Amino acid sequence: MGRYIIRRLLQSIPVLLGATLLIFTIVFALPGDPIAALAGEKQSNPNLVAILRERYHLNDPLLLQYWHYISGVLFRGDLGINFSEVPVSQLLAGKFQVTLNLALTALIIEALVGVGLGLWAALRRGKATDTMILASTLLLISVPTLVSGFILQYILGVKLKQWTGADIFPIAGIANGLRSYLLPGFVLAGVSIAYLTRLTRTSLAETLRADFIRTATAKGLSRRRVVGRHALRNALIPLITFLGADLGNLMGGAVITERIFNLPGIGLQLFDSVYLREQPVVVGIVTILVLIYIVANLAVDLMYAVLDPRIRYE
Amino acid sequence: MKKTSADVLPVEGVYGDEPLLAVDDLHVEFRTRAGIVRAVNGVSYTVNPGETLAVLGESGSGKSVTAQAIMGILDMPPAHIPHGEIRFKGTDLLKLSEEARTQVRGQRIAMIFQDALSALNPVFTVGWQISEMFRVHRGMSKADAMKKAVELMDRVRIPAARQRVNDYPHQFSGGMRQRIMIAMSIALDPEVLIADEPTTALDVTVQAQIMDLLADLQRESQMGLILITHDLGVVADVADKIAVMYAGRIVERASVHDIYRAPAHPYTKGLLESIPRVDLKGQDLYAIKGLPPNLLELPTGCAFHPRCPYRQDNCVTDVPPLYQISGTRGSACHYWREVLDGER
Repeated sequence: MGRYIIRRLLQSIPVLLGATLLIFTIVFALPGDPIAALAGEKQSNPNLVAILRERYHLNDPLLLQYWHYISGVLFRGDLGINFSEVPVSQLLAGKFQVTLNLALTALIIEALVGVGLGLWAALRRGKATDTMILASTLLLISVPTLVSGFILQYILGVKLKQWTGADIFPIAGIANGLRSYLLPGFVLAGVSIAYLTRLTRTSLAETLRADFIRTATAKGLSRRRVVGRHALRNALIPLITFLGADLGNLMGGAVITERIFNLPGIGLQLFDSVYLREQPVVVGIVTILVLIYIVANLAVDLMYAVLDPRIRYE
Repeated sequence: MKKTSADVLPVEGVYGDEPLLAVDDLHVEFRTRAGIVRAVNGVSYTVNPGETLAVLGESGSGKSVTAQAIMGILDMPPAHIPHGEIRFKGTDLLKLSEEARTQVRGQRIAMIFQDALSALNPVFTVGWQISEMFRVHRGMSKADAMKKAVELMDRVRIPAARQRVNDYPHQFSGGMRQRIMIAMSIALDPEVLIADEPTTALDVTVQAQIMDLLADLQRESQMGLILITHDLGVVADVADKIAVMYAGRIVERASVHDIYRAPAHPYTKGLLESIPRVDLKGQDLYAIKGLPPNLLELPTGCAFHPRCPYRQDNCVTDVPPLYQISGTRGSACHYWREVLDGER
């Protein structure tokens, strides 16, 4: 098991290098001059531009630029600085926490609502409840976050406050602690909830048709025990995989949600930095996201072995 | 205190002349989109303590569906039981509440399935699965129930039971897995054990070991055993009596001795002739002509008539009753005398 983990972590090194180089190249290829953009509408001083270009190695070829960046990361643990001379690590420290809070809130909502609805639908297969749940998942999948976010913000954030006088769901910012994350978390989780509901329904329905469920019934166990112990334990396995892989999606997908609810997370920062072509910031954020994907997937694979005894890692 | 079976099940005392288990004119049908599939059409058989009934028939003959109806593990719907009784010690199980039925299942009447790998839960240890019977039905502690599980694994002759109790089903061989299935089914000393093709998925040598084990366990506990199989070879040594099924009916009922000596139904005769024999080595193996009937559209009259070498005109129109030949022996063939005499 230990050797397996080490091998998986070693495998992630080329993945990280590849991902960072790819992002570095894409930002490099973006049209426009980042230094000129710094000055906005005004004409900038050519001497100053030349100095700044030299300072940020912008005249070097792509691979050399990448080497400047990656050697700093690898040998000094330095994620670089942005054009305002703020170290990227310092810039991201607090923002990362915001996005992580948002993604974890979304993940918990997703797990509770998605698995709950899916189990409910599976146990009422072919009945009205099942049809209703399936129809609403289709609605969730079809409506983009951009739309559902604003609608929920208006109804639950603005209108509900007017009707009840209580600020249950803050519409923006993180001033209200965990409560600030509930509505954005739900919006972020929306599409994932729909997919997880469908996956849960299929997984449980399939497990309930298995031979060992017939055996459990023949043992004289109650329906509750047959479903709750024998079926659920098996049906959960693919759901854990989905949830683990989804953590990375949620962190990466937070850009839109963070903008709608004005949450100062890495999504918002990523948006601004792409706009300003701040290579070290963009690449830094992506590197962290890739790392989270890798760790989440490794955790899922290890969980898999715990949940399913037929799987062993050598 | 946990409820035990005796609190709920009203079957003690009314037993009298009744057999231990009696299936009486049972009908089971499946209502599907394509139409009504009549899987079981008036099956009756009985089992007594210490007795082994072999139910013989090919796939789709209704032998497994009958067993699942006894256990009450049919999915209803699509399955329906429009007619018939299943009496356990005189009480019709079909009239019991679901709760009372659950108390019979596993504790009084238990079942072994064909493929033990898929019939055992892959994510729980075998010890957990066996001991679950004691924890749920007897309210035992985890540790006590585990001890019982080891005892049972010893009893079904699993080597090194104490070391293997925490292994998972996939870590055992096919024969050992079927022993675990058996251990689980006999955990609470059921009065009736139904074995649905218990050896079909196993090697021939292992098949014999499993049959021996079942026979030994039955001798010790005097349970009634219903052995469902399509393999005539398996039946000969262990069964007391045989019911041959075709298209959801019993076509012949006899003692093992009688049926091997002289079958009284053309289908049974066909089955016996299709067993490979050493003295006929090199010759073509006999096969019953035609295909098993479509249960959506059963043939008129005798369901076997399209394949029957003894067919006469009335076989196409008249459903043969189970003619009494002698004592408990019966054959559902208008021409059983000719079959019995070996004329063709």
